[in-house]
Amino acid sequence: MTETLVRSPGRHRWGLVAAGVGAGAAWVAAYRVNGLVWEPLLTHVLGLDPASRTYETVRFFCYDTVKIVLLLALIVFVVTVLRSFMSLERTRALLGGRREGAGNVLAAGLGVVTPFCSCSAVPAFIGFVAAGVPLGVTLSFLIASPLVNEVAIGLLLSLFGWRVTLLYVGAGLTVAVVAGFVLGRLRLERWVEPFVLETRLDGEPVDPGAGLTIEQRIAMGAQEVRSILRRIWPYLLVGIGLGALIHGWAPADLFVRYAGSGSATGVLVAVLLGVPLYSNAAGILPLVEALYGQGLPMGTLLAFMMAVVGLSLPELVLLRRVLKPPLLAVFVGVVAASIVGVGYLFNAVLT
Amino acid sequence: MDVKILGPGCRNCRALEKATRAALDGLGLAADVEEVTDYAAIAGYGVMSTPGLVVDGRVLVSGRVPTTRELTELLAGAGG
Repeated sequence: MTETLVRSPGRHRWGLVAAGVGAGAAWVAAYRVNGLVWEPLLTHVLGLDPASRTYETVRFFCYDTVKIVLLLALIVFVVTVLRSFMSLERTRALLGGRREGAGNVLAAGLGVVTPFCSCSAVPAFIGFVAAGVPLGVTLSFLIASPLVNEVAIGLLLSLFGWRVTLLYVGAGLTVAVVAGFVLGRLRLERWVEPFVLETRLDGEPVDPGAGLTIEQRIAMGAQEVRSILRRIWPYLLVGIGLGALIHGWAPADLFVRYAGSGSATGVLVAVLLGVPLYSNAAGILPLVEALYGQGLPMGTLLAFMMAVVGLSLPELVLLRRVLKPPLLAVFVGVVAASIVGVGYLFNAVLT
Repeated sequence: MDVKILGPGCRNCRALEKATRAALDGLGLAADVEEVTDYAAIAGYGVMSTPGLVVDGRVLVSGRVPTTRELTELLAGAGG
């Protein structure tokens, strides 16, 4: 600490660059090693038969765990540093006075780039609605935010390539815009808890990202990586574990028979299964990867992922503070229906 | 000095409270540290990203957990 104070600013800047290059090199090395180390380790050291199901399962689990953690750390760090230039306060200012329609589109887009954690969902909702942002526009923002975040984009890109990623982003934004617009049209303001509309915004809004030094932004990135990994590792291990079991042990035609491209109800079933499940993009993607390997259509899988990531029980419990049950039910219904719609659209486009 | 930590009780809110208390101790400042968990009250301060730190009615921090050293500077500035 004292050392940094004594150093001249110029030398400090170079130290930062050197640390960045070092961290980048270590990341690339770790990613490479992860691709090479498991086969010799599992076959020679543990003596597993490379043709066995156990080997396939264990290799998938080890390789994917390290890979996802590395990708997640990199993406979360870069995204947090970039996002520190954006804030909910600025987003609200941009949305203030927008009409429905264009407002929904803008809100969905801003939902992707604005820093947001589900623990802020309620204060953000109150802050938006009390400042006069229309209900439907606010909901577009709240739907897009968990659905299409940069972590999902980064992971999809590295696991499935740009075509699937673009489709997912397009579909997620469509769901957020359409569902928000429909909910706005339904005139549901009477089912917003009254205290929200009565809240007076007295304090002067503080932009969390304003005037930070680059060191503070980097510290925020590192802090966010730690906090996210600490929060989601159980979901990550469960998701990768299920993926590994499916990868190694599921009969080849099990999933295709029930939810394959020939099945008319596949997307519907996937969404109905996904809504009560709670995970995040990092936890669900290894499962999606394994199911894709089993031959399930991409549209069905992306709809499943959206249902898991976009609608979750903990988030609904939080939103219950500001939305009355009828509005909450309509919210879930409209979002789920939109996801089913884009799922079928995907399957039609991709085949 | 009147210090309020805004947040619904998430991990970051507790981290901010701990760091704030440490900074106050370091400065030898006597202060009432109060947790504000009511959403309407939090929003009333104009804070949308939790956690938030309010000192004598002014929002000093929102949406992040600064280091104890940075908090020490902020609190020294606010108290002096």
